[in-house]
Amino acid sequence: MTEMQKLYLLVPLAPLFGSVIAGLFGWAIGRTMSHLVTIAGVAVSCWVSWIIFQDVQAGHVFNGTVYTWMTSGDIRFEIGFLIDPLTTMMMMVVTFVSLMVHIYTIGYMQDDPGYQRFFSYISLFTFSMLMLVMANNFLQLFFGWEAVGLVSYLLIGFWYTKPTAIYANLKAFLVNRVGDFGFLLGIGLVLAYFGTLDYASVFAQAPAMASHTISIIPGQEWSLLTLICILLFIGAMGKSAQFPLHVWLPDSMEGPTPISALIHAATMVTAGIFMVARMSPLFELSQTALSVVMVIGAITALFMGFLGIIQNDIKRVIAYSTLSQLGYMTVALGASAYSAAVFHLMTHAFFKALLFLAAGSVIMGMHHDQDIRNMGGLRKYMPITWITFLIGSLALIGTPFLSGFYSKDSIIEAVGLSHLTGSGFAYFAVVAGVFVTAFYSFRLYFLVFHGKERFPVHDSHAHGHDGHDDHGHGHGGTPHESPWVVTVPLILLAIPSLVIGYFTIQPMLFGDYFKGAIFINNDLHPAMEELAHEFHGAGAMALHALTTLPFWLAFAGVALSWFFYMKRPDIPAAIKQRFSLIYAILENKYGFDTFNDWFFAGGARKLGNILWRYGDVKLIDGFFVNGAARVVGWLSRVIRNFQSGYIYHYAFAMIIGVFALLTWFVRAA
Amino acid sequence: MLAGYPLLSLSIWVPIIAGVLVLATGSDRNAPLARWIALLGAILGFAVTLPLYTRFDPLSASMQFTELARWIPAFNIHYHLGVDGIAMPFVLLNSFTTVLVVIAGWQVIQNKTAQYMASFLIMSGLINGVFAAMDAVLFYVFFEAMLIPMFLVIGIWGGPNRVYAAVKFFLYTLMGSLLMLVAFIYLYFQSGGSFEILDYQRLPIGMTAQILIFIAFFLSFAVKVPMWPVHTWLPDAHVEAPTGGSVVLAAITLKIGAYGFLRFNLPIAPDASHYLSGFIITISLIAVVYISFVALAQSDMKKLIAYSSIAHMGFVTLGFFMFNTLGMEGGLVQMISHGFISAAMFLCVGVMYDRLHSRQIGDYGGLAKKMPIFAAFFMLFAMSNAGLPGTSGFIGEFMVILSAIKVNFWYAFLAATTLITGAAYTLWMYKRVVFGNITNPHVEDMQDIGPREFSFMAVLALAVLAMGVYPKPITDVMHTSVNNLLAHVAQSKLP
Repeated sequence: MTEMQKLYLLVPLAPLFGSVIAGLFGWAIGRTMSHLVTIAGVAVSCWVSWIIFQDVQAGHVFNGTVYTWMTSGDIRFEIGFLIDPLTTMMMMVVTFVSLMVHIYTIGYMQDDPGYQRFFSYISLFTFSMLMLVMANNFLQLFFGWEAVGLVSYLLIGFWYTKPTAIYANLKAFLVNRVGDFGFLLGIGLVLAYFGTLDYASVFAQAPAMASHTISIIPGQEWSLLTLICILLFIGAMGKSAQFPLHVWLPDSMEGPTPISALIHAATMVTAGIFMVARMSPLFELSQTALSVVMVIGAITALFMGFLGIIQNDIKRVIAYSTLSQLGYMTVALGASAYSAAVFHLMTHAFFKALLFLAAGSVIMGMHHDQDIRNMGGLRKYMPITWITFLIGSLALIGTPFLSGFYSKDSIIEAVGLSHLTGSGFAYFAVVAGVFVTAFYSFRLYFLVFHGKERFPVHDSHAHGHDGHDDHGHGHGGTPHESPWVVTVPLILLAIPSLVIGYFTIQPMLFGDYFKGAIFINNDLHPAMEELAHEFHGAGAMALHALTTLPFWLAFAGVALSWFFYMKRPDIPAAIKQRFSLIYAILENKYGFDTFNDWFFAGGARKLGNILWRYGDVKLIDGFFVNGAARVVGWLSRVIRNFQSGYIYHYAFAMIIGVFALLTWFVRAA
Repeated sequence: MLAGYPLLSLSIWVPIIAGVLVLATGSDRNAPLARWIALLGAILGFAVTLPLYTRFDPLSASMQFTELARWIPAFNIHYHLGVDGIAMPFVLLNSFTTVLVVIAGWQVIQNKTAQYMASFLIMSGLINGVFAAMDAVLFYVFFEAMLIPMFLVIGIWGGPNRVYAAVKFFLYTLMGSLLMLVAFIYLYFQSGGSFEILDYQRLPIGMTAQILIFIAFFLSFAVKVPMWPVHTWLPDAHVEAPTGGSVVLAAITLKIGAYGFLRFNLPIAPDASHYLSGFIITISLIAVVYISFVALAQSDMKKLIAYSSIAHMGFVTLGFFMFNTLGMEGGLVQMISHGFISAAMFLCVGVMYDRLHSRQIGDYGGLAKKMPIFAAFFMLFAMSNAGLPGTSGFIGEFMVILSAIKVNFWYAFLAATTLITGAAYTLWMYKRVVFGNITNPHVEDMQDIGPREFSFMAVLALAVLAMGVYPKPITDVMHTSVNNLLAHVAQSKLP
């Protein structure tokens, strides 16, 4: 093993080590040691990721096996790493955001009795996520995929006595399993037709399989790669919360805020995006699959944005915003702008983690009240949180020169240049989405940080939660700025939110950073190539944007939200009255939760009951098993009658027998 | 040092002799002594099986550690033992489980302790005999004799409805196996007077006879597995059985049925196996899909886990009848993994039952607060039951689904629904039992697990994780035997 290979191993194992120590021995080593050991693990991982990044920049791509997990027949299942530019980018994003969240957690969870457990979980998450992004084969990908799902489940239900939290975590796990169901079948088809689960050999064989069809419904010939890609994408829909498997993400906000930032905004939910980008050599071979990806993404981008407008829980607004932004990334994947999707993944990781952590800071400042109707004017009390939150919001809505602008604008441009079926709708959705994003983001911003102070000064626990997260005790009712462990991560995340787009767009989108990692068929999908021709530097791009529609839509969104919520709060109220039907639809999240609860959860329980009561109890046990016993009992009762014990019965039977025999012999003679 | 020792005989007779010694301690006055002898016997019984793994030659397809002695010369019946890569892991699994069962029953069983411990030790030896027997009569004797201790365990230490459950269990399994005896007698005459199982495997047989033989074996093994629709004895037996009984029942006894398919149905009647594979696949898939929904409807934890066992065993038979290496090894891996997981799940229920004397999900809730260590173990086992990668529960299902998709996309599609349903019934139960607020005041008094319970939980947790992270050592010993069997099954035996 070379020195570099040892470093590769160190990246996932350092957080795993921290997790095991804090998880198994946290009770013995105490709180401080627990957070120190986990933070050290992630810090090592982050630092080593940086070294590996530089090594990869120097041209040292690695693709190799760590150990053979299992063999069966002629198939080898292996655990191995693929270290290329796409991987290193993900590694740095994951470890950096994770490090910030680890530090932040010291402040956010300081009074929680499950302190060590929390650190153990988030380090375990970091390990799982790293295994996912570093995989060089589908088996390990699936391992990481499910492992992050497990940690997400554990963390959403972290406050396990809270009924909404344990409802949300079960829901999240099951909805993700629906996605994994498709994902696993996709992996199965890959193995069945390619004979291997290794990325490199699958990708190498893929072009030859492009015209291969299979018939899974008799008489219907489907393209194999289309089927594989759609099945894999179903997995992505679960993990990256794409319509209609998006339902778990808003509820996941029941978990503590640090994990909303780490798992449900910056990293885990982007695993689906990463996966599709990684599979670009497969998706490029199926126009149909790309169209499906694009349309699903467009629906998510636009319609989930609408829901953000009417939410009053600070975290839920950001959650719907996350859904919508994931939709943007998915649309970009569909438009074959994989690099733009991954670029947006990266910028989004920074500014959305920032927004969530800032929201967590607000929640702490508000003594665990999350209702924005009780906030207002907080900028006075929480200046650092205020400024960083503003930076995050500006980046999110795509303000020129900020990171979100570069990634989002590239996506919109790429979709505009796509000719796939459904690209017209997708273009409309992403452009309209700009306005919606700006509107809900600044509605949130204005309601929280500006305007009248609406918080009750004395009754600070009106919305308090049970026992766990009550570190507001004794602080009185006035909001307060958070301690440095909270604000420092905010500042450190605000910096990339501001500038990372400006500095990295050139190499990531138009340079050859992703060469060899992302494959695009430029003849069929020329969007990114055409964009590259139009690109004349990051500065020029931002200046040019000032004359384009998305910029003015964003501006209009901000202006309108200011007018509605700062100037004339009566107007939104009136609209709510006037369009109560639309409001009710949005309030009910288009009815998905109701339908799923009734049809899937209720239906499955009912079906189970029917099968059990009628199939097992009545039919098999009642009729066959106990029926057989009854038949035996009845037969023996009948036969018992012959053994009556009366001598004349036996004599009579004998005489009858003799007559019968005689008759037989006489006839025979 | 161990060369020349009759390892298989030791693995059979060490636990049986230990069991007899335990019985000799007599009444409950000597219960502590009985426990210690039982524990020593179980550990020794497990220790003598270890060389079976370490000294096993994974490259040889023939039977290993064979022992041959005349038993009833008049009928050409032999005491003939041997294991291949298919049987050997189960001898270890069985002996391992016996140690757990003895520890699990340590304080819990206060009534007729010696008899309880002796039943399990004797059963352990008899089950090792089932896996090691190379002679049909010897197999049959072990196969039937094994029922007796289990019948006693359920009937004596069981719950209120134990007699119904014990009789149902006994009759169900006995009825199935009678036809197997008929098949053996038929084969005895066909083979010119041999009870050697390997002779039967080489015997050319016509199609009709093969189908009849297949059905005879199928009935006895399908009841054991149990396959749908002859599964209804299992939930009743589990509910009434004491914890140890449930553990052995789920972890070992069910495996005997599946093992029988590989030792008898496939090699003796290969053409019939192919001919009837559609039928077996169908009822296996019904077990996976239908039973998973039934599990969802259960309010009794033991019933739920019993139904979950049936669904998981559906993967085993499904994998076997894919007739490819991945599927068959997947089925075997699933059997071993299910041995750990079902044992763990029933032990978890046992731990709770010992404290609250209820198996009803509705009586629990909020356990995490009172029993955090237990909750962590239970979480791991529940996740493994739901097939989480990194635990043993994932591997078998993964292999079987991947092998099924080659044969028919829809087999894999139906089998893969377990990803959703398996997680649904397991985690929903977990949620209602462990999470939430405490609603039952008795839960307030529940103590977290002690060192004794910790020991068997930790051992099983390690087994589940180790196997999940690195299953290669387990599959490596199977390859040659499985490929040999598949090659054998691929050849027609029609005369």
